[in-house]
Amino acid sequence: MTKACALKLFVTMVALVLAALVVLLVMAHRPAIAPIARPDPRGFDPGAIARGANLARLGNCVSCHQAAGGRPYAGGYPVKTPFGTIHGSNITPDATTGIGGWSRTAFAQAMREGVGRDGSHLYPAFPYTHYAGVTDGDIDALYAFLMTRPAVHATPPANDLIPPLGFRPLLAGWKLLFFHPRPLGAVRSQSAAWNRGRYIGETLAHCSACHSPRGLLQQEKRGDAAYDGGWSGGWYAPPINPRSPAVRAWTPERLYAYFRTGLSRHHAAAAGPMGPVTYNLARAAPADVHALATYYAWWMRDAPAARAEPPLPDRRALAERQHRDGARLYAGACATCHEPGAPMVVAGRPVLPLGTPLHEDNPRDTIQIILQGLRPPVEASGPYMPAYADALTDRQIADIVGYLKARHGTGPAWTDLEDKVAKARKESR
Amino acid sequence: MIKLKINGAVARADVDPATPLLYVLRDDLGLHAAKFGCGLGQCGSCTVLVDDRPVFACLLPVGAIGTRAVTTVEGLGTAEAPGTVQRAFLDEQAGQCGYCIPGMIARAEGLLRRTTTPTEEEVRSAMAPSLCRCGTHMRILRAVRRAAAARGGGVVDPAEPVA
Repeated sequence: MTKACALKLFVTMVALVLAALVVLLVMAHRPAIAPIARPDPRGFDPGAIARGANLARLGNCVSCHQAAGGRPYAGGYPVKTPFGTIHGSNITPDATTGIGGWSRTAFAQAMREGVGRDGSHLYPAFPYTHYAGVTDGDIDALYAFLMTRPAVHATPPANDLIPPLGFRPLLAGWKLLFFHPRPLGAVRSQSAAWNRGRYIGETLAHCSACHSPRGLLQQEKRGDAAYDGGWSGGWYAPPINPRSPAVRAWTPERLYAYFRTGLSRHHAAAAGPMGPVTYNLARAAPADVHALATYYAWWMRDAPAARAEPPLPDRRALAERQHRDGARLYAGACATCHEPGAPMVVAGRPVLPLGTPLHEDNPRDTIQIILQGLRPPVEASGPYMPAYADALTDRQIADIVGYLKARHGTGPAWTDLEDKVAKARKESR
Repeated sequence: MIKLKINGAVARADVDPATPLLYVLRDDLGLHAAKFGCGLGQCGSCTVLVDDRPVFACLLPVGAIGTRAVTTVEGLGTAEAPGTVQRAFLDEQAGQCGYCIPGMIARAEGLLRRTTTPTEEEVRSAMAPSLCRCGTHMRILRAVRRAAAARGGGVVDPAEPVA
């Protein structure tokens, strides 16, 4: 290649990159919507506010829009992504730090198109890819609910993202690749409850945001990978499709009880980020929660446990021989509550092998439950387990996890447990 | 024979390594401050410090402690010369029946070893795992604030800068 030729190529490349950038900027440009005076809360229809309250619970909005110790909907919860931390925004009707100046049109644009009132593109950590399917009536109700909350003057911490992701026009490129909303038409062959459950689950409740795997740019994988298990807040959200590792069938009735109480007597207690989800579902409209249960039981209708519920493994003697240290630690730290015959088990709490974590293909949830324990997700008297993060070392927790998997677990063997405990500990800090 | 580092001294006990630390403290070593309440890690009356972190001694197998240092309330002072947290609990008369108090003191000590300038929220979440059935919570909280001040710190407002 001659020098002139190389130069020409270089210039062409630079021109192409610049042109692409200009196209992106033009495409990314969205005009601001003029701010309005905060609407008078008394002007909203009480019926719409009540419907919005139910929808906000179904959508679990408060999980990301409330910081630990903060006010509801005032934002500040850190959402950790592989690209850095994004903080939930203040969606109370405060005029300057919240959405008090947002018209209904601006609110709808944020929800369904992922564009803020000022015209800036929103990070898809805010799941507008799901909310795109929310109906006009439900947008109205949510708007009425949020605009009638107490206004909280609070600015969430700034996002901490790796460069150049702070440059929001890039999100227009992400949307071009991954944001293709399609209307959810009714499926006539399915019941009204199934269709309602699908609408709630695929839009506001955004269940697949945690329960589906994500690609390199954090886009949700769809198609055959839908609901194939994903990651959320340092926890593993197991598959809830035909590959569900549960050893007991998730029938609509069992799912409903789990959603409403945070506990399934045929499985286990809701743990990690699922705790707040059940807290909110316990307070949502029963018919809607039943619809969700109908829809997700349908997703798991061909899972192994739906066909036949296997006997629960208890290879105690073998596990004790293979994991002597783990068995000893378990006897001192866990058996008081978890051994068959322990008061908790006699009182009707599920035994360890009924829980799904020991049957998952990775040990993360088992490790997190030991590290962080369980707080009652729904009522103060609900399932509780003390945290062991300060009591046991990584090696000791790894020993217990190895013992439990050998004694009660099914599915692929777990390896490098001590490293995995250290990693889980680091990620939950 | 299990060797333990307790309150700055070395103690030995001839016990099964799965035995909960609480039983070894009370039955073998004569350290009766930590109490048996529920035995399930739910009430906090057995709380002791292991490497300065509060843990439920009823659920910690003694064999799991290894070289980590155990601190019980006996290690914080004596009736004649109480430690700062003990002194503060006395001054505020924070004990009613007293059963939860050794766990409460251990928990407060753990917090103040981490920071002498906690926020009110940090104080409350640090103390929350210990239950008191007499209802002296407000006095217990005052005692923790007093102890923080006695150590040269104090409870701070998170919105205010700390000098």
